[in-house]
Amino acid sequence: MMRRILIPVLSGSIFGAGLALGGMTDPARVRGFLDLFGDWDPTLAFVMGGAVLVMVIAWQIQPKLIRPLFGGEFALPGTQDLTARLIGGSALFGIGWGIAGLCPGPGIAALVIEPVSAAIFIVAMLAGMVLVRLFEGKA
Amino acid sequence: MTQTFVLTGFPDAAPMAGLAGGVLIGLAAALMLLGIGRIAGISGITARAAGISDSGLPRVSAWGFVIGLPLGAFIVMLAQGGLPANFASPLYLAIAGLIVGIGTRLGSGCTSGHGVCGMSRFSQRSIVATITFMVTGFATVAAMNALGLEVLP
Repeated sequence: MMRRILIPVLSGSIFGAGLALGGMTDPARVRGFLDLFGDWDPTLAFVMGGAVLVMVIAWQIQPKLIRPLFGGEFALPGTQDLTARLIGGSALFGIGWGIAGLCPGPGIAALVIEPVSAAIFIVAMLAGMVLVRLFEGKA
Repeated sequence: MTQTFVLTGFPDAAPMAGLAGGVLIGLAAALMLLGIGRIAGISGITARAAGISDSGLPRVSAWGFVIGLPLGAFIVMLAQGGLPANFASPLYLAIAGLIVGIGTRLGSGCTSGHGVCGMSRFSQRSIVATITFMVTGFATVAAMNALGLEVLP
């Protein structure tokens, strides 16, 4: 119960609160950051910096733990390869991010702020994810 | 809290609120990592919840995390008496969403998985992914501005 449901809900909630507090649920903030050559708004850099700072510490603690605090096993990505897929996919993601000023987290968190807009973005995002899966023949 | 500190040259920026929000995001990701041994990568978790991916968290946990996101935003919205929200029109939202969905699956992550969790681990893949989506994000907004495309209200 703790590991399967409570911790994920708690983590998701803290994450969503952080996005909202940092202004990331407002696409104007995000697009303001991406408008590097225009009226640049550096707020997102502070959000990213704060989050990375805390996680750098967490990554120092992680190897000292034999198993996660609430049980189970660590399941962490071990891939090292720089593939065309990684770079091409990330490039595409950045284009979509730039168009509307939304990435997956803020898109979902915004359901309580602008439900219709958020829902359109989420449904389209899920459709894109399904397309990749269909294309890879894993449907 | 939002406007107690103003960045010279950037009167609209909210650096302190941004930093506070970022620390919360970092704590949330740390709770996933140290608490249950998983990466708080939102595109992957969302795909898992929707049944589009077979790997990662148990599906019920993925749903828990996804439901938590708007829940947390709601608490901040109540505390602050509303949140600013300037969203693009449905057409732009749909095009952007579709591209974000395809890109995050191909690229195995987004701003949370690569940007927050991977960069802080000094993962080579995540650093390359983050630089890539930042650069194309900057280029997209610059190109749209050059073309005179106004997306937000």
